Amino acid sequence: MQEYDYNQTHIIDIPLEKAMTTENLQVFYGDNHAMHDASLQFPRHRITALIGASGSGKSTYLRCLNRMNDRIANVQGKIMYRGIDINSKKINVYEVRKHISMVFQRPNPFAKSIRENITFALKRNGIKDKQELNKRVEESLKAAALWDEVKDDLDKSALALSGGQAQRLCIARCVAMKPDILLLDEPASALDPISTAKIEDTLMELRKNYSIIIVTHNMQQASRIADYTAFFHMGHVLEYDVTEKIFTTPQIKATEDYISGNFG
Amino acid sequence: MNSKTSNNIATGVIYFLVAGVLAILVFLLGYILITGIPHVSWHFLTSAAQSFAAGGGIRDQLFNSLYLLVLTLIISFPIALGSGIYLSEYAPDNWVTGVIRTAVEVLSSLPSVVVGLFGFLLFVVNFHMGFSILAGAIALTFFNLPLLTRSIEESLQDVSELQREAGLSLGLSRWKTITGIVLPAALPGILTRIILSAGRVFGEAAALIYTAGQSAPTVNYGDWNPMDSASFLNFMRPAETLAVHIWKVNTEGVTPDAAVISSGTSAVLIVVILLFNLLARMLGRWLYKRMTATK
Repeated sequence: MQEYDYNQTHIIDIPLEKAMTTENLQVFYGDNHAMHDASLQFPRHRITALIGASGSGKSTYLRCLNRMNDRIANVQGKIMYRGIDINSKKINVYEVRKHISMVFQRPNPFAKSIRENITFALKRNGIKDKQELNKRVEESLKAAALWDEVKDDLDKSALALSGGQAQRLCIARCVAMKPDILLLDEPASALDPISTAKIEDTLMELRKNYSIIIVTHNMQQASRIADYTAFFHMGHVLEYDVTEKIFTTPQIKATEDYISGNFG
Repeated sequence: MNSKTSNNIATGVIYFLVAGVLAILVFLLGYILITGIPHVSWHFLTSAAQSFAAGGGIRDQLFNSLYLLVLTLIISFPIALGSGIYLSEYAPDNWVTGVIRTAVEVLSSLPSVVVGLFGFLLFVVNFHMGFSILAGAIALTFFNLPLLTRSIEESLQDVSELQREAGLSLGLSRWKTITGIVLPAALPGILTRIILSAGRVFGEAAALIYTAGQSAPTVNYGDWNPMDSASFLNFMRPAETLAVHIWKVNTEGVTPDAAVISSGTSAVLIVVILLFNLLARMLGRWLYKRMTATK
Protein backbone atom coordinates (compact mmCIF):
# COMPACT_ATOMS: atom_id res chain seq x y z
CA MET A 1 0.00 0.00 0.00
CA GLN A 2 1.20 3.46 -0.80
CA GLU A 3 2.53 5.50 2.11
CA TYR A 4 0.92 8.84 2.74
CA ASP A 5 2.15 11.69 4.91
CA TYR A 6 -0.18 11.66 7.90
CA ASN A 7 1.05 15.07 9.04
CA GLN A 8 -0.36 16.70 5.95
CA THR A 9 -4.05 17.21 6.63
CA HIS A 10 -6.82 19.52 5.56
CA ILE A 11 -9.42 19.97 8.26
CA ILE A 12 -11.77 22.92 8.24
CA ASP A 13 -13.55 24.63 11.10
CA ILE A 14 -17.31 24.58 10.83
CA PRO A 15 -18.84 28.06 10.43
CA LEU A 16 -22.19 26.87 11.85
CA GLU A 17 -23.50 26.16 15.32
CA LYS A 18 -21.80 22.99 16.59
CA ALA A 19 -23.53 19.88 17.88
CA MET A 20 -20.34 18.42 19.28
CA THR A 21 -16.59 18.52 18.78
CA THR A 22 -13.66 16.28 19.55
CA GLU A 23 -10.19 17.50 20.48
CA ASN A 24 -7.14 15.30 20.02
CA LEU A 25 -9.13 12.08 20.40
CA GLN A 26 -6.89 9.03 20.67
CA VAL A 27 -7.97 5.40 20.90
CA PHE A 28 -5.86 2.48 22.05
CA TYR A 29 -6.81 -1.20 21.90
CA GLY A 30 -4.14 -2.48 24.29
CA ASP A 31 -0.88 -1.49 22.59
CA ASN A 32 -2.57 -0.87 19.28
CA HIS A 33 -2.89 2.86 18.59
CA ALA A 34 -6.12 2.77 16.57
CA MET A 35 -6.96 6.48 16.36
CA HIS A 36 -4.52 9.40 16.25
CA ASP A 37 -5.38 12.95 17.26
CA ALA A 38 -8.83 13.26 15.74
CA SER A 39 -10.10 16.84 16.10
CA LEU A 40 -13.40 17.41 14.33
CA GLN A 41 -16.37 19.73 14.68
CA PHE A 42 -19.87 18.52 13.89
CA PRO A 43 -22.52 21.03 12.81
CA ARG A 44 -25.99 21.12 14.36
CA HIS A 45 -28.92 19.82 12.28
CA ARG A 46 -26.71 18.69 9.44
CA ILE A 47 -25.51 15.31 8.22
CA THR A 48 -21.80 14.58 8.54
CA ALA A 49 -20.38 11.50 6.84
CA LEU A 50 -17.26 9.63 7.94
CA ILE A 51 -15.74 7.75 5.01
CA GLY A 52 -12.66 5.60 4.56
CA ALA A 53 -11.54 2.06 3.86
CA SER A 54 -12.21 -0.87 6.23
CA GLY A 55 -9.97 -0.58 9.26
CA SER A 56 -9.46 3.16 8.82
CA GLY A 57 -10.84 3.83 12.30
CA LYS A 58 -14.10 5.53 11.33
CA SER A 59 -16.33 3.14 13.28
CA THR A 60 -13.94 3.18 16.23
CA TYR A 61 -14.14 6.96 16.22
CA LEU A 62 -17.94 7.01 15.98
CA ARG A 63 -18.34 4.59 18.89
CA CYS A 64 -16.30 6.93 21.09
CA LEU A 65 -18.82 9.71 20.63
CA ASN A 66 -21.39 8.11 22.94
CA ARG A 67 -18.87 6.11 24.94
CA MET A 68 -19.73 2.70 23.43
CA ASN A 69 -16.00 1.89 23.44
CA ASP A 70 -15.71 2.15 27.21
CA ARG A 71 -15.25 -1.51 27.93
CA ILE A 72 -13.06 -2.43 24.99
CA ALA A 73 -10.71 0.47 24.40
CA ASN A 74 -8.79 3.24 26.11
CA VAL A 75 -10.01 6.61 24.81
CA GLN A 76 -8.03 9.79 25.46
CA GLY A 77 -8.71 13.38 24.53
CA LYS A 78 -11.75 15.58 24.80
CA ILE A 79 -15.28 15.04 23.46
CA MET A 80 -17.08 18.33 23.96
CA TYR A 81 -20.89 18.36 24.05
CA ARG A 82 -22.75 21.46 25.27
CA GLY A 83 -19.57 22.73 26.88
CA ILE A 84 -18.93 19.54 28.82
CA ASP A 85 -16.18 17.00 28.22
CA ILE A 86 -18.22 13.79 28.06
CA ASN A 87 -15.07 11.68 27.89
CA SER A 88 -14.46 12.47 31.55
CA LYS A 89 -14.58 9.64 34.10
CA LYS A 90 -17.14 11.56 36.16
CA ILE A 91 -19.74 11.62 33.39
CA ASN A 92 -22.85 9.40 33.69
CA VAL A 93 -22.56 7.48 30.42
CA TYR A 94 -26.18 6.36 30.50
CA GLU A 95 -27.29 9.97 30.56
CA VAL A 96 -24.93 10.76 27.66
CA ARG A 97 -26.47 8.02 25.54
CA LYS A 98 -29.96 9.44 26.03
CA HIS A 99 -28.72 12.57 24.24
CA ILE A 100 -26.40 10.87 21.77
CA SER A 101 -28.00 7.72 20.44
CA MET A 102 -26.62 5.08 18.09
CA VAL A 103 -27.90 2.88 15.25
CA PHE A 104 -25.73 -0.09 14.35
CA GLN A 105 -24.60 -1.78 11.18
CA ARG A 106 -26.75 -4.85 11.60
CA PRO A 107 -30.41 -4.22 12.53
CA ASN A 108 -30.83 -5.27 16.16
CA PRO A 109 -34.49 -5.04 17.18
CA PHE A 110 -35.31 -6.51 20.59
CA ALA A 111 -37.11 -9.85 20.74
CA LYS A 112 -40.29 -7.97 21.63
CA SER A 113 -43.27 -6.52 19.80
CA ILE A 114 -42.79 -3.51 17.51
CA ARG A 115 -44.54 -1.28 20.03
CA GLU A 116 -42.45 -2.53 22.94
CA ASN A 117 -39.24 -2.03 20.98
CA ILE A 118 -39.99 1.66 21.12
CA THR A 119 -41.65 1.95 24.52
CA PHE A 120 -39.25 -0.26 26.45
CA ALA A 121 -36.53 2.33 27.00
CA LEU A 122 -39.11 5.10 27.43
CA LYS A 123 -40.84 3.22 30.23
CA ARG A 124 -37.54 2.52 31.93
CA ASN A 125 -36.90 6.23 31.83
CA GLY A 126 -40.07 6.98 33.70
CA ILE A 127 -42.66 7.71 30.99
CA LYS A 128 -45.72 5.82 32.21
CA ASP A 129 -48.57 7.69 30.57
CA LYS A 130 -50.21 5.44 27.98
CA GLN A 131 -51.26 8.26 25.68
CA GLU A 132 -47.81 9.80 25.72
CA LEU A 133 -46.29 6.39 24.94
CA ASN A 134 -48.69 5.82 22.04
CA LYS A 135 -47.95 9.29 20.75
CA ARG A 136 -44.22 8.65 20.83
CA VAL A 137 -44.66 5.31 19.04
CA GLU A 138 -46.62 6.94 16.24
CA GLU A 139 -44.35 9.98 15.96
CA SER A 140 -41.14 8.02 15.90
CA LEU A 141 -42.42 5.42 13.44
CA LYS A 142 -43.60 8.22 11.16
CA ALA A 143 -40.24 9.95 11.48
CA ALA A 144 -38.57 6.71 10.42
CA ALA A 145 -41.05 6.27 7.53
CA LEU A 146 -42.22 2.95 8.91
CA TRP A 147 -45.64 3.88 10.25
CA ASP A 148 -47.67 3.06 7.14
CA GLU A 149 -46.11 -0.38 6.87
CA VAL A 150 -46.59 -1.48 10.49
CA LYS A 151 -49.44 0.58 11.97
CA ASP A 152 -51.77 -2.45 12.01
CA ASP A 153 -49.13 -4.83 13.36
CA LEU A 154 -47.75 -2.90 16.31
CA ASP A 155 -48.14 -5.86 18.64
CA LYS A 156 -46.46 -8.35 16.36
CA SER A 157 -42.92 -9.46 17.00
CA ALA A 158 -40.28 -7.11 15.63
CA LEU A 159 -38.20 -10.14 14.64
CA ALA A 160 -40.66 -10.81 11.81
CA LEU A 161 -39.75 -7.53 10.05
CA SER A 162 -37.55 -7.45 6.97
CA GLY A 163 -33.98 -6.17 7.31
CA GLY A 164 -34.81 -2.71 6.00
CA GLN A 165 -37.91 -2.38 8.18
CA ALA A 166 -35.98 -3.62 11.21
CA GLN A 167 -33.30 -1.00 10.63
CA ARG A 168 -35.91 1.76 10.34
CA LEU A 169 -37.46 0.45 13.57
CA CYS A 170 -34.02 0.79 15.21
CA ILE A 171 -33.88 4.40 13.99
CA ALA A 172 -37.43 4.98 15.31
CA ARG A 173 -36.40 3.48 18.64
CA CYS A 174 -33.61 6.05 18.93
CA VAL A 175 -35.77 8.93 17.73
CA ALA A 176 -38.46 8.11 20.32
CA MET A 177 -35.93 8.92 23.04
CA LYS A 178 -35.71 12.43 21.54
CA PRO A 179 -31.94 12.56 21.46
CA ASP A 180 -29.89 15.48 20.19
CA ILE A 181 -27.50 13.61 18.01
CA LEU A 182 -27.94 10.40 16.02
CA LEU A 183 -24.86 8.29 15.35
CA LEU A 184 -25.23 5.72 12.57
CA ASP A 185 -22.63 3.04 11.94
CA GLU A 186 -23.01 1.91 8.31
CA PRO A 187 -26.79 1.60 8.79
CA ALA A 188 -27.50 0.55 5.21
CA SER A 189 -24.58 -1.76 4.48
CA ALA A 190 -26.60 -4.91 5.18
CA LEU A 191 -29.60 -3.74 3.14
CA ASP A 192 -30.78 -3.90 -0.47
CA PRO A 193 -30.82 -0.75 -2.66
CA ILE A 194 -34.54 -0.04 -2.13
CA SER A 195 -34.26 -0.25 1.66
CA THR A 196 -31.10 1.83 1.46
CA ALA A 197 -32.95 4.55 -0.46
CA LYS A 198 -35.69 4.57 2.17
CA ILE A 199 -33.14 4.90 4.97
CA GLU A 200 -31.51 7.79 3.14
CA ASP A 201 -34.87 9.55 2.68
CA THR A 202 -35.53 9.02 6.37
CA LEU A 203 -32.20 10.59 7.30
CA MET A 204 -32.79 13.59 5.03
CA GLU A 205 -36.09 14.12 6.82
CA LEU A 206 -34.59 13.68 10.29
CA ARG A 207 -31.88 16.18 9.43
CA LYS A 208 -34.35 19.00 10.13
CA ASN A 209 -34.45 18.20 13.83
CA TYR A 210 -31.38 16.12 14.53
CA SER A 211 -27.64 16.34 14.13
CA ILE A 212 -26.58 13.20 12.30
CA ILE A 213 -23.15 11.61 12.06
CA ILE A 214 -23.01 8.62 9.75
CA VAL A 215 -20.22 6.16 9.00
CA THR A 216 -20.43 4.77 5.49
CA HIS A 217 -18.17 2.98 3.05
CA ASN A 218 -20.57 3.86 0.27
CA MET A 219 -19.19 7.07 -1.29
CA GLN A 220 -22.31 7.70 -3.39
CA GLN A 221 -24.31 7.60 -0.20
CA ALA A 222 -22.03 10.17 1.43
CA SER A 223 -22.23 12.45 -1.58
CA ARG A 224 -26.03 12.09 -1.74
CA ILE A 225 -26.91 12.90 1.84
CA ALA A 226 -23.99 14.47 3.72
CA ASP A 227 -23.35 18.18 4.18
CA TYR A 228 -19.82 17.59 5.45
CA THR A 229 -17.53 14.64 4.96
CA ALA A 230 -14.45 13.47 6.83
CA PHE A 231 -11.95 11.07 5.27
CA PHE A 232 -10.30 8.56 7.58
CA HIS A 233 -7.19 6.57 6.74
CA MET A 234 -5.16 4.20 8.93
CA GLY A 235 -6.38 5.78 12.16
CA HIS A 236 -5.90 9.37 11.01
CA VAL A 237 -8.40 11.99 9.89
CA LEU A 238 -6.73 13.34 6.77
CA GLU A 239 -9.38 15.60 5.32
CA TYR A 240 -12.59 17.23 6.50
CA ASP A 241 -14.56 19.68 4.39
CA VAL A 242 -17.87 20.41 2.72
CA THR A 243 -18.95 17.19 0.99
CA GLU A 244 -18.93 18.71 -2.47
CA LYS A 245 -15.32 19.83 -2.10
CA ILE A 246 -14.21 16.43 -0.81
CA PHE A 247 -15.63 14.75 -3.89
CA THR A 248 -14.69 17.36 -6.49
CA THR A 249 -11.52 19.09 -5.33
CA PRO A 250 -9.88 17.07 -2.56
CA GLN A 251 -6.81 18.75 -1.07
CA ILE A 252 -5.05 15.62 0.12
CA LYS A 253 -3.53 12.96 -2.13
CA ALA A 254 -4.93 10.04 -0.10
CA THR A 255 -8.48 11.41 -0.34
CA GLU A 256 -8.15 11.90 -4.06
CA ASP A 257 -6.87 8.35 -4.53
CA TYR A 258 -9.64 6.92 -2.37
CA ILE A 259 -12.56 8.68 -4.05
CA SER A 260 -11.19 7.97 -7.52
CA GLY A 261 -10.70 4.31 -6.69
CA ASN A 262 -6.89 4.31 -7.03
CA PHE A 263 -6.38 3.10 -3.53
CA GLY A 264 -3.63 0.71 -2.40
CA MET B 1 -7.69 -46.49 -2.60
CA ASN B 2 -9.51 -43.64 -4.28
CA SER B 3 -11.32 -40.88 -2.44
CA LYS B 4 -14.74 -42.30 -3.15
CA THR B 5 -13.94 -45.66 -1.53
CA SER B 6 -12.35 -44.04 1.51
CA ASN B 7 -15.36 -41.79 1.90
CA ASN B 8 -17.69 -44.78 1.73
CA ILE B 9 -15.69 -46.64 4.36
CA ALA B 10 -15.62 -43.62 6.69
CA THR B 11 -19.36 -43.08 6.30
CA GLY B 12 -19.98 -46.75 6.94
CA VAL B 13 -17.93 -46.73 10.14
CA ILE B 14 -19.71 -43.60 11.39
CA TYR B 15 -23.15 -45.09 10.67
CA PHE B 16 -22.10 -48.25 12.48
CA LEU B 17 -21.00 -46.29 15.57
CA VAL B 18 -24.22 -44.26 15.66
CA ALA B 19 -26.25 -47.45 15.25
CA GLY B 20 -24.36 -48.88 18.22
CA VAL B 21 -25.27 -45.93 20.45
CA LEU B 22 -28.90 -46.11 19.35
CA ALA B 23 -29.04 -49.86 19.87
CA ILE B 24 -27.83 -49.55 23.46
CA LEU B 25 -30.44 -46.88 24.20
CA VAL B 26 -33.27 -48.77 22.53
CA PHE B 27 -32.30 -51.99 24.32
CA LEU B 28 -32.14 -50.29 27.74
CA LEU B 29 -35.37 -48.34 27.33
CA GLY B 30 -37.13 -51.29 25.74
CA TYR B 31 -36.07 -53.70 28.45
CA ILE B 32 -37.08 -51.38 31.29
CA LEU B 33 -40.40 -50.41 29.71
CA ILE B 34 -41.37 -53.94 28.58
CA THR B 35 -40.62 -55.52 31.95
CA GLY B 36 -42.01 -52.58 33.93
CA ILE B 37 -45.08 -51.20 32.17
CA PRO B 38 -47.29 -54.32 32.67
CA HIS B 39 -46.93 -53.83 36.44
CA VAL B 40 -47.87 -50.16 36.36
CA SER B 41 -51.52 -49.65 37.17
CA TRP B 42 -53.63 -46.93 38.70
CA HIS B 43 -53.54 -48.91 41.92
CA PHE B 44 -49.72 -49.09 41.76
CA LEU B 45 -49.44 -45.31 41.34
CA THR B 46 -51.95 -44.39 44.03
CA SER B 47 -51.39 -46.76 46.92
CA ALA B 48 -48.74 -46.69 49.66
CA ALA B 49 -45.72 -48.97 49.68
CA GLN B 50 -45.88 -52.16 51.72
CA SER B 51 -42.97 -53.24 53.89
CA PHE B 52 -43.75 -56.97 54.13
CA ALA B 53 -46.81 -57.90 52.11
CA ALA B 54 -47.01 -57.99 48.32
CA GLY B 55 -49.03 -55.51 46.25
CA GLY B 56 -47.52 -52.22 47.50
CA GLY B 57 -47.58 -49.07 45.41
CA ILE B 58 -45.39 -46.03 44.97
CA ARG B 59 -47.74 -43.14 45.70
CA ASP B 60 -45.55 -41.51 48.37
CA GLN B 61 -42.30 -42.12 46.51
CA LEU B 62 -43.66 -40.53 43.35
CA PHE B 63 -44.88 -37.48 45.26
CA ASN B 64 -41.63 -37.24 47.24
CA SER B 65 -39.59 -37.26 44.05
CA LEU B 66 -41.60 -34.41 42.57
CA TYR B 67 -41.68 -32.42 45.81
CA LEU B 68 -37.93 -32.81 46.27
CA LEU B 69 -37.38 -31.66 42.71
CA VAL B 70 -39.51 -28.55 43.22
CA LEU B 71 -37.72 -27.68 46.48
CA THR B 72 -34.33 -28.22 44.84
CA LEU B 73 -35.25 -25.90 41.99
CA ILE B 74 -36.57 -23.27 44.41
CA ILE B 75 -33.24 -23.30 46.25
CA SER B 76 -30.89 -23.65 43.30
CA PHE B 77 -32.55 -21.50 40.63
CA PRO B 78 -32.02 -18.05 42.22
CA ILE B 79 -28.40 -18.87 43.07
CA ALA B 80 -27.74 -20.28 39.61
CA LEU B 81 -29.44 -17.31 37.96
CA GLY B 82 -27.26 -14.87 39.88
CA SER B 83 -24.03 -16.70 39.20
CA GLY B 84 -25.00 -17.36 35.58
CA ILE B 85 -25.63 -13.65 35.02
CA TYR B 86 -22.37 -12.78 36.75
CA LEU B 87 -20.31 -15.24 34.69
CA SER B 88 -21.92 -14.28 31.41
CA GLU B 89 -22.32 -10.52 31.77
CA TYR B 90 -20.06 -9.12 34.46
CA ALA B 91 -17.10 -11.45 35.05
CA PRO B 92 -13.87 -9.95 33.70
CA ASP B 93 -11.74 -12.29 31.66
CA ASN B 94 -9.06 -12.99 34.26
CA TRP B 95 -7.72 -15.74 36.52
CA VAL B 96 -10.37 -15.21 39.22
CA THR B 97 -13.11 -15.97 36.72
CA GLY B 98 -11.07 -18.96 35.57
CA VAL B 99 -10.95 -20.27 39.14
CA ILE B 100 -14.72 -19.78 39.53
CA ARG B 101 -15.40 -21.66 36.28
CA THR B 102 -13.10 -24.52 37.30
CA ALA B 103 -14.75 -24.66 40.74
CA VAL B 104 -18.17 -24.95 39.11
CA GLU B 105 -16.89 -27.78 36.93
CA VAL B 106 -15.30 -29.63 39.86
CA LEU B 107 -18.53 -29.30 41.83
CA SER B 108 -20.45 -30.91 38.98
CA SER B 109 -18.07 -33.87 38.80
CA LEU B 110 -18.11 -34.71 42.54
CA PRO B 111 -19.25 -38.32 43.05
CA SER B 112 -22.84 -38.20 44.26
CA VAL B 113 -22.26 -40.64 47.10
CA VAL B 114 -19.58 -38.33 48.49
CA VAL B 115 -21.97 -35.39 48.36
CA GLY B 116 -24.57 -37.59 50.06
CA LEU B 117 -22.23 -38.51 52.92
CA PHE B 118 -21.11 -34.91 53.26
CA GLY B 119 -24.73 -33.80 53.43
CA PHE B 120 -25.41 -36.52 55.98
CA LEU B 121 -22.60 -35.36 58.29
CA LEU B 122 -23.22 -31.64 57.90
CA PHE B 123 -26.99 -31.23 57.62
CA VAL B 124 -28.47 -34.41 59.02
CA VAL B 125 -26.09 -34.84 61.98
CA ASN B 126 -24.43 -31.50 62.73
CA PHE B 127 -27.34 -29.21 61.93
CA HIS B 128 -29.81 -31.67 63.50
CA MET B 129 -32.03 -31.66 60.45
CA GLY B 130 -32.45 -35.41 60.61
CA PHE B 131 -33.28 -37.35 57.46
CA SER B 132 -35.42 -34.76 55.75
CA ILE B 133 -36.58 -33.45 52.40
CA LEU B 134 -34.76 -30.20 53.17
CA ALA B 135 -31.41 -31.97 53.71
CA GLY B 136 -32.03 -33.93 50.51
CA ALA B 137 -32.92 -30.79 48.57
CA ILE B 138 -29.73 -29.05 49.71
CA ALA B 139 -27.63 -32.07 48.72
CA LEU B 140 -29.32 -32.14 45.31
CA THR B 141 -28.69 -28.42 44.98
CA PHE B 142 -24.98 -29.23 45.08
CA PHE B 143 -25.37 -31.23 41.88
CA ASN B 144 -27.89 -29.09 40.22
CA LEU B 145 -26.16 -25.77 40.84
CA PRO B 146 -23.17 -26.24 38.53
CA LEU B 147 -25.31 -27.64 35.72
CA LEU B 148 -27.88 -24.91 36.09
CA THR B 149 -25.28 -22.14 36.35
CA ARG B 150 -23.57 -23.33 33.20
CA SER B 151 -26.81 -23.65 31.28
CA ILE B 152 -28.02 -20.19 32.28
CA GLU B 153 -24.61 -18.76 31.37
CA GLU B 154 -24.73 -20.50 27.99
CA SER B 155 -28.29 -19.37 27.30
CA LEU B 156 -27.30 -15.77 28.03
CA GLN B 157 -24.21 -16.11 25.85
CA ASP B 158 -26.43 -17.30 23.00
CA VAL B 159 -28.13 -13.89 22.97
CA SER B 160 -26.43 -11.72 20.37
CA GLU B 161 -24.05 -9.01 21.52
CA LEU B 162 -26.05 -6.67 19.25
CA GLN B 163 -28.95 -6.84 21.72
CA ARG B 164 -26.77 -5.60 24.56
CA GLU B 165 -25.38 -2.80 22.41
CA ALA B 166 -28.92 -1.83 21.42
CA GLY B 167 -29.96 -1.53 25.05
CA LEU B 168 -26.86 0.38 26.12
CA SER B 169 -27.04 2.76 23.17
CA LEU B 170 -30.54 3.80 24.28
CA GLY B 171 -29.14 4.94 27.60
CA LEU B 172 -30.28 1.90 29.59
CA SER B 173 -27.99 0.75 32.38
CA ARG B 174 -26.26 -2.60 32.10
CA TRP B 175 -28.59 -4.05 34.71
CA LYS B 176 -31.73 -2.87 32.92
CA THR B 177 -30.35 -4.15 29.62
CA ILE B 178 -29.70 -7.56 31.14
CA THR B 179 -32.99 -7.94 33.01
CA GLY B 180 -35.21 -6.33 30.38
CA ILE B 181 -33.66 -7.42 27.09
CA VAL B 182 -31.07 -10.17 27.40
CA LEU B 183 -32.85 -12.30 29.99
CA PRO B 184 -36.23 -12.42 28.20
CA ALA B 185 -34.46 -13.29 24.96
CA ALA B 186 -32.61 -16.11 26.75
CA LEU B 187 -35.73 -17.41 28.50
CA PRO B 188 -36.65 -20.26 26.10
CA GLY B 189 -33.12 -21.64 26.36
CA ILE B 190 -33.01 -21.28 30.13
CA LEU B 191 -36.37 -23.03 30.63
CA THR B 192 -35.45 -25.90 28.32
CA ARG B 193 -32.19 -26.46 30.14
CA ILE B 194 -33.78 -26.27 33.60
CA ILE B 195 -36.24 -29.00 32.69
CA LEU B 196 -33.48 -31.16 31.23
CA SER B 197 -31.42 -30.77 34.40
CA ALA B 198 -34.55 -31.64 36.38
CA GLY B 199 -34.47 -35.08 34.77
CA ARG B 200 -31.07 -35.72 36.29
CA VAL B 201 -32.13 -34.54 39.73
CA PHE B 202 -35.25 -36.67 39.49
CA GLY B 203 -33.28 -39.87 39.01
CA GLU B 204 -30.60 -39.23 41.64
CA ALA B 205 -30.35 -41.90 44.37
CA ALA B 206 -26.92 -42.08 46.02
CA ALA B 207 -26.95 -38.54 47.40
CA LEU B 208 -30.43 -39.00 48.84
CA ILE B 209 -29.98 -42.28 50.69
CA TYR B 210 -28.10 -40.49 53.47
CA THR B 211 -29.93 -37.17 53.37
CA ALA B 212 -33.61 -37.51 52.50
CA GLY B 213 -33.63 -40.97 54.03
CA GLN B 214 -34.94 -44.35 52.98
CA SER B 215 -38.39 -44.32 54.50
CA ALA B 216 -41.64 -42.86 53.32
CA PRO B 217 -43.81 -42.10 56.35
CA THR B 218 -47.54 -42.01 55.79
CA VAL B 219 -48.59 -38.43 55.19
CA ASN B 220 -51.93 -36.70 55.00
CA TYR B 221 -52.49 -35.30 51.49
CA GLY B 222 -55.33 -33.15 52.75
CA ASP B 223 -53.15 -31.26 55.24
CA TRP B 224 -51.81 -28.14 53.51
CA ASN B 225 -49.94 -26.71 56.48
CA PRO B 226 -46.21 -27.29 55.86
CA MET B 227 -45.48 -26.72 59.58
CA ASP B 228 -47.61 -29.72 60.53
CA SER B 229 -45.57 -32.91 60.91
CA ALA B 230 -48.23 -35.07 59.25
CA SER B 231 -48.62 -32.74 56.27
CA PHE B 232 -47.46 -33.92 52.86
CA LEU B 233 -45.82 -30.50 52.44
CA ASN B 234 -43.75 -30.76 55.62
CA PHE B 235 -40.14 -30.60 54.49
CA MET B 236 -38.55 -31.80 57.73
CA ARG B 237 -39.86 -35.34 57.28
CA PRO B 238 -37.85 -38.18 55.75
CA ALA B 239 -38.80 -38.87 52.16
CA GLU B 240 -37.87 -41.87 50.08
CA THR B 241 -37.85 -41.11 46.36
CA LEU B 242 -38.49 -43.38 43.37
CA ALA B 243 -34.78 -43.97 42.68
CA VAL B 244 -34.05 -44.68 46.35
CA HIS B 245 -37.06 -46.98 46.46
CA ILE B 246 -35.66 -49.04 43.59
CA TRP B 247 -32.36 -49.38 45.40
CA LYS B 248 -34.06 -50.17 48.69
CA VAL B 249 -36.42 -52.93 47.57
CA ASN B 250 -33.58 -54.61 45.72
CA THR B 251 -31.09 -54.56 48.58
CA GLU B 252 -33.07 -54.67 51.81
CA GLY B 253 -36.60 -55.30 50.68
CA VAL B 254 -38.42 -58.25 52.20
CA THR B 255 -41.60 -57.98 50.16
CA PRO B 256 -42.17 -61.09 48.04
CA ASP B 257 -42.81 -58.99 44.93
CA ALA B 258 -39.63 -56.86 45.13
CA ALA B 259 -38.69 -57.60 41.51
CA VAL B 260 -42.12 -56.53 40.26
CA ILE B 261 -42.08 -53.33 42.30
CA SER B 262 -38.60 -52.34 41.19
CA SER B 263 -39.29 -52.95 37.51
CA GLY B 264 -42.59 -51.04 37.74
CA THR B 265 -40.91 -48.18 39.57
CA SER B 266 -38.08 -48.05 37.03
CA ALA B 267 -40.59 -47.80 34.22
CA VAL B 268 -42.39 -44.92 35.97
CA LEU B 269 -39.08 -43.15 36.57
CA ILE B 270 -38.03 -43.47 32.94
CA VAL B 271 -41.43 -42.37 31.64
CA VAL B 272 -41.42 -39.26 33.85
CA ILE B 273 -37.90 -38.33 32.67
CA LEU B 274 -38.93 -38.86 29.04
CA LEU B 275 -41.93 -36.63 29.68
CA PHE B 276 -39.60 -33.95 31.08
CA ASN B 277 -37.52 -34.09 27.90
CA LEU B 278 -40.57 -33.87 25.69
CA LEU B 279 -42.02 -31.02 27.73
CA ALA B 280 -38.71 -29.14 27.57
CA ARG B 281 -38.61 -29.34 23.79
CA MET B 282 -42.23 -28.34 23.34
CA LEU B 283 -42.02 -25.46 25.79
CA GLY B 284 -38.79 -24.17 24.26
CA ARG B 285 -40.21 -24.30 20.75
CA TRP B 286 -43.49 -22.69 21.81
CA LEU B 287 -41.77 -19.84 23.63
CA TYR B 288 -39.37 -19.23 20.76
CA LYS B 289 -42.26 -19.13 18.31
CA ARG B 290 -44.16 -16.68 20.48
CA MET B 291 -41.18 -14.36 20.56
CA THR B 292 -40.12 -14.53 16.94
CA ALA B 293 -43.00 -15.37 14.66
CA THR B 294 -46.04 -13.26 14.06
CA LYS B 295 -48.61 -13.63 16.77
